[in-house]
Amino acid sequence: MTTTEDQPGAKQATVSTEQLLDLLRSMTEIRLFEEETQRLFMANLVRGSTHLCSGQEAVVVGACAALRPEDSMLCTYRGHGALLAKGAPLDRTFAEILGKADGLCRGKGGSMHLTDLSCGAYGSVATVGAHLPIAVGLGFASKYTGSDDVCICFFGDGATNIGAFHEALNLAAIWKLPVIFVCENNLYGEYTALHLSTPIERLADRAASFGMPGIAIDGNDVLVMFDAVAAAATRARAGDGSTLIEALTYRHKGHSRADPGRYRPQAEVDGWLKRDPIDIARAALSERGVEQSALDELRQAAAERVRDAANRAVAWHEPAPESRLEDVWA
Amino acid sequence: MSEVTFRGAIQQALAEALESDDRVFLLGEDIAAAGGAFKVTEGLLERFGRERVLDTPISEQAIIGTAVGAALRGLRPVAELMFADFSGVCFDQIANQLAKYRYVTGGQARVPATIRMANGAGGGFAAQHSQTVENWFLNVPGVKIAVPGSPADAYDLMHASIVDEDPVLFFEHKLMMNVKGDIEPDREPAVLGRACVVRPGTDVTLVATQLMRVRADEAAETLAESGVSVEVIDPRTLVPLDVATVLTSLERTGRLLVVQESPFAGSWGATLIAAVTRDALELLDAPPRIVCGDDTPVPYAGVMEEAWLPTPDRVVAAVEELMRA
Repeated sequence: MTTTEDQPGAKQATVSTEQLLDLLRSMTEIRLFEEETQRLFMANLVRGSTHLCSGQEAVVVGACAALRPEDSMLCTYRGHGALLAKGAPLDRTFAEILGKADGLCRGKGGSMHLTDLSCGAYGSVATVGAHLPIAVGLGFASKYTGSDDVCICFFGDGATNIGAFHEALNLAAIWKLPVIFVCENNLYGEYTALHLSTPIERLADRAASFGMPGIAIDGNDVLVMFDAVAAAATRARAGDGSTLIEALTYRHKGHSRADPGRYRPQAEVDGWLKRDPIDIARAALSERGVEQSALDELRQAAAERVRDAANRAVAWHEPAPESRLEDVWA
Repeated sequence: MSEVTFRGAIQQALAEALESDDRVFLLGEDIAAAGGAFKVTEGLLERFGRERVLDTPISEQAIIGTAVGAALRGLRPVAELMFADFSGVCFDQIANQLAKYRYVTGGQARVPATIRMANGAGGGFAAQHSQTVENWFLNVPGVKIAVPGSPADAYDLMHASIVDEDPVLFFEHKLMMNVKGDIEPDREPAVLGRACVVRPGTDVTLVATQLMRVRADEAAETLAESGVSVEVIDPRTLVPLDVATVLTSLERTGRLLVVQESPFAGSWGATLIAAVTRDALELLDAPPRIVCGDDTPVPYAGVMEEAWLPTPDRVVAAVEELMRA
């Protein structure tokens, strides 16, 4: 039942040039958002830690574009991009990372708990793999209520070694739930290389033990991501159950703010930098005849939007200390 | 008014909730076809079908996670962990996800899930199937904790837990399943966080839950014969903890005894005594006392487990010492 495809072919006609421009716009905003976050962090305006998704933008952008607004999404603590891809506003996302009163979570969650229910972003979960069982519940609710909404759940390669992964995929499989499990395989679980933690190379193969389709695809090609998730969503909406998608991608930065990522061989880093998902999308647009100047303008406009959003969020006020006592039974 | 067992009271509340609210569904290990390890959900599969009464694999993380996700979408899951001790397997789902979802999302998300678990010693189930694990969660803001000590409370609190907008951990003492009592189905729904005075008295305030409430009441009966008037209070929920009702009682008695099954360290009884001494030391005519399980795992052999669990005799002795203090 498992079909592992490293190169699933170019069925890219499903995305129009206009749509592809939107996807590039979204990926560019996320890249610039992460760069701005890094600057804010270095300026001591961001507390704790940050886990940047630079380099992995195509996974979340391609996937979310293939879904409907009412579909639910769960992601990891490396979730800035996933939130933005699902439709969270730039300024309120910045504001949450900055701990502001008008942040998405009123300053209570921060970078690792970004949530925006209004666009179906049901949460960023900061213990590895814990959100996979919750995704099962979101999928269950769709089936239980007779809705054809699906749930998409992003997680890292590291999560495939935690018990919750296996419990969640097993239950989703036996109940045939509309959940799309997307493994963002960036080859490192925090600081440890995948081959040191995992005895198999193709994580999609794990789907076989749940009788679930598993595919491995190029997670740096936004069109490939779009097609794979669109197909999985069609299956899920038709009542045919879950799919495991392994999206091969790479983190341009270290694991978190303090990590320069020196444990990664330079040749490997260089190789992946040459496969930058934004460059790949730009090349695809050029091939379709979009002028270089239009692509440059797109980037310029995105940079302005991101900078303006960051500036607004920085100026917003901090939460009242007393608000810490709200939103919980205490 | 009708007389039912503790088990029957919970079952009736679950059945009524399933009947009246389509959002309610049950999930857990062996709860459907087998009716649950303690037969609490017996017959519910037949009445409500396998769409709403679901057997799961032995996957505690998946059970709680599914409840969390379904509740996020507006359903009212009632999940069962066969033995409360198994909450250790899914501690992250309960303590980090279920409890914190509302807070870390700044109030966007509510998680109205109820988690049922069989707790308590006395059944010869040994160390991994006998604990009063409700104490593990006292330090986890975000969950409410219900510990019913009678069929009426089990019935009322189950209804209150299912309609509550916050997650509730609901503990069912496995030695109380056959205890009988009256329930009042037509009464106003109960509110979580209100203690009840099980037995009025004037000399000593005795606070206990579940099996220890039963034993405390027995001890109070014995003491009444020798002229000592014990007021027995059952907090019914540990979070919220109704300290006010205890303080009102202490205004009359001036003497506090907590009887609990669990070890002292980090327990609800220790918390209650700390709250009373912090807020109302002047009400106390004697140092508060606690009768509790030993700070050891629950032993297996009958004579050891009997010695481990507080008995009515130990309660009587503690009250007498408190009266002399």
